[in-house]
Amino acid sequence: MATEYTFQDNAAKNASAAAVAAGHLPDDAPIFDTEKMSLSMGPSHPSTHGVLRLQLELDGDDVSHCEPVIGYLHRGDEKIAENMTYNQFVPYTDRLDYLAPLANNVAYVLAVEKLAGLKVPPRCAAIRVLVAELARISSHLLGYGSFAMDTGAWTPFLYQFTEREKLYTLFEELTGARLTTSYTRIGGVTRDLPEGWLGRVSDFCDQFLPRLEEMLAMLTRNKIFMDRTVGVAVISKEDALAYGLTGPNLRGSGIGFDLRKDKPYSGYEQYEFDVPTGTVGDCYDRYLCRGEEMRQSVRIVRQIIKNMPDGPWYADDTEEARRIFAPPKDKVLTKMEELINNFMITTTGPQIPPGEAYFEAENPKGALGFYIVSKGGGVPWRMKIRSPSFCTLSILPKLCKGVMMTDIVAILGSLDFVMGDCDR
Amino acid sequence: MSDAISETNTTATSGIVATLREKFPQSAEKITPRASADHPAVNVPADAAVAILTYLRDEHGYEMLSDLTAVDWAEGSSPRFTVVWHLLSVTINPGVCLRVAADCASDTEPEMPSVAGIWPAANWHERETFDMFGIVFTGHPDLRRILMWDGYPHHPLRKEFPLAGMDDELPDPEVEAETKARLVAAPMAGGPFVASTGNLNLAESEPRAKDQSWSEENPKPENLKG
Repeated sequence: MATEYTFQDNAAKNASAAAVAAGHLPDDAPIFDTEKMSLSMGPSHPSTHGVLRLQLELDGDDVSHCEPVIGYLHRGDEKIAENMTYNQFVPYTDRLDYLAPLANNVAYVLAVEKLAGLKVPPRCAAIRVLVAELARISSHLLGYGSFAMDTGAWTPFLYQFTEREKLYTLFEELTGARLTTSYTRIGGVTRDLPEGWLGRVSDFCDQFLPRLEEMLAMLTRNKIFMDRTVGVAVISKEDALAYGLTGPNLRGSGIGFDLRKDKPYSGYEQYEFDVPTGTVGDCYDRYLCRGEEMRQSVRIVRQIIKNMPDGPWYADDTEEARRIFAPPKDKVLTKMEELINNFMITTTGPQIPPGEAYFEAENPKGALGFYIVSKGGGVPWRMKIRSPSFCTLSILPKLCKGVMMTDIVAILGSLDFVMGDCDR
Repeated sequence: MSDAISETNTTATSGIVATLREKFPQSAEKITPRASADHPAVNVPADAAVAILTYLRDEHGYEMLSDLTAVDWAEGSSPRFTVVWHLLSVTINPGVCLRVAADCASDTEPEMPSVAGIWPAANWHERETFDMFGIVFTGHPDLRRILMWDGYPHHPLRKEFPLAGMDDELPDPEVEAETKARLVAAPMAGGPFVASTGNLNLAESEPRAKDQSWSEENPKPENLKG
């Protein structure tokens, strides 16, 4: 809409300027009469991490008002979900938080399985946790690198990409794709782990930890980085809760809530890991939380590799599962019954019983929730995606009030959002 | 769903229903348990929703509004729209989730009291629900569209809105005046394949390009032209 952005107090400012010009200075007249200006930051701006537009009102270099404008990447994923079968929607979940597609895949199928009452064997659950944690490392790495770049450091960005590339090579070997992985299926995963893959993940972890310490050392005691982040954009515990923040943004404010601990799924309760929390809730705390979470993810990954269960990586062959989970390809290609079953599930979708379910998974950006309403059959009646970035961004107007223009860049970096997730 | 889950769920739901009925005797009849596959869930009347949600936040530790959305039960259903709140307890009973739902009174002009005063998180969620479903949240401080542009005439998540979209004016009239272009709905012939809720009836539920599959020989239906 080509509407001009105006601010209510402009009129008062102009009146004040007119009084000064006429020589009628009031007693409390400011030495400098500043005029507020409006500035659009984005939607295509390197620091807005995607197509986010911030409508700013600036008083000199101070931000007196900030209004996020979103929707530039809105693709109607929820509408699409309501028009296709549950299995067909798996690839669409890759496009939500496209920096951690594996974690989205896992969250989505867990939500559907919860509604269907489907159980998966331990090996499948362990594989899912493993890939979700690798996705967390990958996502946090990019969050770390782009935050560093936002605050003026370029080297960490290059370092993290080197590590992230190694992860992507592992993902490619496992799923066949680097970005759009579409790995999980309702009732299982697409395929079992390739031979020797766990060993290569283990090798990655061994060389990654020293590199991670090196990377974090570049920023943690960096004078410029600390000046840009310490004490900036403090989110109090009350605000973090009231605005529905989750993930490292909530934990940075000192609330140790982690769905992996507090509402465990996929066997997270078996693994030992710590939930890092901040003390102040500023940009620096959020950075520290992500750094520690990467260490903890490596810890989880190592435990999984050490105790990876054997057995099937798809749902047990029960009557219920046969109406929901497409049989593995080797069975489809060798048995007529399985071929027919595969055809039925492909065409009509998994037959999910009527009901409602809401499942949240602890994704790298926060809690990714799926609320599914089913009327039976292979297509959801309603699917709401509760995206962590959407909730995170809603606190921006409050956070940005009174900060300096350059702080906004640091704030955006510290919140680590992704617009594909926000707009859906 | 496993029996263990449904049993716990039922017990927890009846506990909450009893507590709420006792606390809000004037709405007791309309506070009912809601069928749910997972979390305890409760139906409440729209006019008491704000009071009940405030009570749940203050007295039962549901500090966080995890999610807020609506369900459209399609044209002809009554009540047609249901607003659903998912509350989460973070510090007092970590991980305990509760679903609260309320039906909108009017099927054509749905309204619901806003809870943005209780949780600021609701501000954006309600704007999104208004944008997508056309539910007006009364008392909302700044109820504007959030994902679609201001002035967009439709509510895309309503069931009658076609997946392909509808012909419409461009967001910016100046661009439209200059380019003489309009937003054109996507032809769906050849995909993406859509499916409908069917009960193993292949003729109905098989994924296919549905009624939005217009082409030169099969022109677009009049009602889809903006």
